[in-house]
Amino acid sequence: MSRTWVTPGGVHPPENKHQSVTQPIGQLPIPEKLIIPLSQHIGAAATPCVEIGQSVLKGQVIAEATGMVSIPMHAPSSGIVSAIEHRPIAHSSGMLAPCIEITTDGADSWIEHQGISDYEHISPRKLIEMVGNAGISGMGGAGFPSAVKLNPGRQRPIDTLIVNATECEPYITADDSAIRERAGEIVEGIKILSAILDHPHHILIGIEDNKPEAIEALAPHVEGTGISVVVFPTKYPSGGEKQLIYILTGKELPSGKLPADEGVVCINIGTTYAIKRAVIDGEPLISRVTTVTGDAVATPRNYDTLIGTPVSHLLEHSQFDEQAGGRVVMGGPMMGFTLPSADVPIVKTTNCILAPSYAEIPDDEPAQPCIRCGMCAEACPASLLPQQLFWYAQAQEHDRLEAHNLFDCIECGACSYVCPSNIPLVQYYRAAKGEIRQAREEKVKSDHARDRFEFHKERIEQAEREKEAKRAARREATQQAKADHAAATANGSAAAPSKATPTGATPSSSAADIIAAAQARAAAKQASPEDQRAKLERTIASAEQRLKMAEEKLAEAISSDSGKQDQLSAAVENTRQKLEQTKSKLAELAE
Amino acid sequence: MIELIAQNPILAALIALVGLSILFGALLGFAAEKFKVEGDPIVEQIDELLPQTQCGQCGFPGCRPYAESIAGGDDINKCPPGGQSTINAIANLLDVPAPELDAEHGEESEVKTVAYIREDECIGCTKCIQACPVDAILGAAKLMHTVIADECTGCDLCVEPCPVDCIDMLPVAETIADWKWSIPAKPGQMIATDRRGEVSPVAQNEDAA
Repeated sequence: MSRTWVTPGGVHPPENKHQSVTQPIGQLPIPEKLIIPLSQHIGAAATPCVEIGQSVLKGQVIAEATGMVSIPMHAPSSGIVSAIEHRPIAHSSGMLAPCIEITTDGADSWIEHQGISDYEHISPRKLIEMVGNAGISGMGGAGFPSAVKLNPGRQRPIDTLIVNATECEPYITADDSAIRERAGEIVEGIKILSAILDHPHHILIGIEDNKPEAIEALAPHVEGTGISVVVFPTKYPSGGEKQLIYILTGKELPSGKLPADEGVVCINIGTTYAIKRAVIDGEPLISRVTTVTGDAVATPRNYDTLIGTPVSHLLEHSQFDEQAGGRVVMGGPMMGFTLPSADVPIVKTTNCILAPSYAEIPDDEPAQPCIRCGMCAEACPASLLPQQLFWYAQAQEHDRLEAHNLFDCIECGACSYVCPSNIPLVQYYRAAKGEIRQAREEKVKSDHARDRFEFHKERIEQAEREKEAKRAARREATQQAKADHAAATANGSAAAPSKATPTGATPSSSAADIIAAAQARAAAKQASPEDQRAKLERTIASAEQRLKMAEEKLAEAISSDSGKQDQLSAAVENTRQKLEQTKSKLAELAE
Repeated sequence: MIELIAQNPILAALIALVGLSILFGALLGFAAEKFKVEGDPIVEQIDELLPQTQCGQCGFPGCRPYAESIAGGDDINKCPPGGQSTINAIANLLDVPAPELDAEHGEESEVKTVAYIREDECIGCTKCIQACPVDAILGAAKLMHTVIADECTGCDLCVEPCPVDCIDMLPVAETIADWKWSIPAKPGQMIATDRRGEVSPVAQNEDAA
C-alpha cells in the first residue's frame, strides 16, 4: 500500500515550519477567563446547561448537544460561570456569538471521570456515544462532529481509514509536534477508531515528507498493528480531504459525495489523540495543541492550549511585538483569516495563531486586471477553471458558476497565491458561494410563502362558497314556504299547511308569509330531531330556572308587600305556561 | 400487389399519402392528449422568479396574478420587493430588454423587513389577520395578536389596516449564520482608455512636458 498518486495542481509556498518546533509542546498558565463559544463547528450550537454564578469543575458539561449534528461543550478548567452572553468569536465577519465565560479559580480540579481500557470488548455504538459525549469535533478543518462521521450507517461499509497527518499549510506544526511527543497515544486512538469502524482493511496515516521526526516517532508504535504510514512529497494542499484520499488510494471523490460513500473515513491526527483521551482516560476535549508563530512573536512554539483561552493570552506569553506585526491570523497564511480582535477565544479547530511581521506577509498589493495567463488553472488542486469562475463571480452569473463546479472549490488559496495580478480570487469564490446559498434559501422561503398564500386563498374561497351555499339553501326554503302557502290559499283551506305555522294565522296576509318563511328557515336550520330535542331540553332547563327565580321574587314581593305583586305573578304565570308548552313539544317529539 | 401499384401509380400514391396522413394524424392526436401541458408553463416560470411576498405593490392581488399579467404582455418592472435582480431574471426568461424598476410601484429596499406587533397596544381587532396573505399573524378577536416572524414575507399589508398603528416593519438583523463575504473591489484598470473620468498617466506626462 505504499503506492501514492499525484494530485493535479498545487503550489510550494515557503514552509516556515522550523521556527515553532525547536521547543517541545509548552504549557501555559491557566488564563483568568475562559470564553467558550457555543458553536465551534458545523451543525447546531450547543444549549447552555449552567447558570451564571454556578461553580463548575474541569471537564463538567456546560452546554448540551442540540440535535444530531451537534456536540456538547465542557468546562476547560474549574471556576465560576461569570457570563453567558454574546462575545466576539473567531469568525471572519467579526460578529458576536453566544458564549459561556468561566472565571477560573486556578485550582484546575477535575470532575470525577473514568475511562475504559478494554475498548475491544465494547460495542462500536457505545464507543461512538463516548466520542460524542466528549465533545469531539474534527480538529483539522471545518470541525465536523466526529461521532456523526464515525457512524456512516450499515449501507456504507468502510474499508479504508485515513488518518490525516499531512499538515500541508505553511507555519503550522501543531500535528507535527503532537506526533513527535504523543505517537503512542495517537496510535492507540487509531486502534479505537479501527474498532469503531469494524476493523477496516486499510488503515493509512498520510504524512508529508517534510516531517521526518514525526515519521520516525510513529514507526515503532505502528509496527505489527497493520497500520501503515504513507509518506508522500510535500505539496500544498495535499491535506484537503479529497486530495489526501486521492493521494493515498487513487480514488477520486465525485462532486457532492462524502468519503463514506466511497468506503473511506478521513480523520485528523489531532482528533485521534482526543478520541484516545476520551475513551481510555474519560477526558472530554478541553484542550488542543496550537502553534503560535510568525516573526512578530519572539518565542514561536506549540502550546497545549485550553479551549476558550483568549488569543491575547497566548500572544502575551509568546512576547508578541505589536509594533512589528500588524495583524493576527487564525489558521495559516493560505487559508487563515485575520482576527477582528485578540480577545477572541481559541476553539476546537484552532491549530495556529500566526502573527507575521510586515516584511513577512506584506499587505495585499492592489489587484491588477486578469491577463488570462492560466496559472491559476494550473495551480488548482480541484481541476477547476479559476479564471472563468472569477469572471462569472464578477458578473454574478450563478448558473454558470454552478455549471463550472464552484462548490468543488476547497478555498485553498493556491490560485490567489500564483496570480501575477494579485487578484484575491478565493474571496470572489467565497462571496459567490455565499450569494448562491442565500439565493437558494430565499427560493425555499418564497416557495413556502407561495404555498401558504395558495392555501390562504383556497381557505377564503371555501369559506365564501359555504356562505353562498347557506344563502342559497335559505332562499330555497323561503320559496318553498311561499309555494306551500300559495297552494294552501288556493285550496281554500284555513288549516295550517305546516306544523311550524302558528294556529290562527291568516294565510293571506303578507306578515304571515314572512313569519312562515322565518319558521321554515328555523326548521331548515334544525333539521335533525336530535338537535331539536337537545334544544328543547335546554329551553326547559332554562325556563325552570327562570320560573324558580320568578317565584322567589314573587314570594319576596309578597312578604315585603310592594306594588309589584301583580306584575310578578303575571310573569310567573307566563313562564310556567311557556315551560308547559315546551314540555308538551318535547313529549310530542319523543313520540 | 406490386402489379397493382405498377399499373395505377397515381392511385397507389394517393392511398399511400392518405394512409400516412391518417397514421400521423392519429399519432399527433394521441401525443396531444398524452403529453398535454397543464396550464401555461410560462406563467409558472415567471411565478417562480417573483419573490412571493404577495404584497400587491404591482397592483395585482398576489404574485401569480402578476405573473399571468406579464405572460399577457404587461410590463415586467412593477415588482419592488424583487428589485432589479428579478427584473433581470424575467427579462432573461422572456428575452426582452430589462427596464429599470417602475418608481410608481415603490422603491427597492436593501434591507429585508418583518412585521412586529407592539403587543401591549394591540386591541385584538383581527384586521391584520385578515390582511395577511400568508397567514403569518396569530391571534383571535379581543385577544392579543402576534407575527410569526419566520413566515412573514415583509409585505407590510398588515400595517395599513391596523386601527391603533401598533405594527412596525423591523429590519431583519444579519446573524453570524447568514453572514457572507462580499465581492472584492474591482481590480484596477490597467488600460488607460478603460478608466473613465480619470486622466491617464501618459496624458499627465505630456501635460508636464
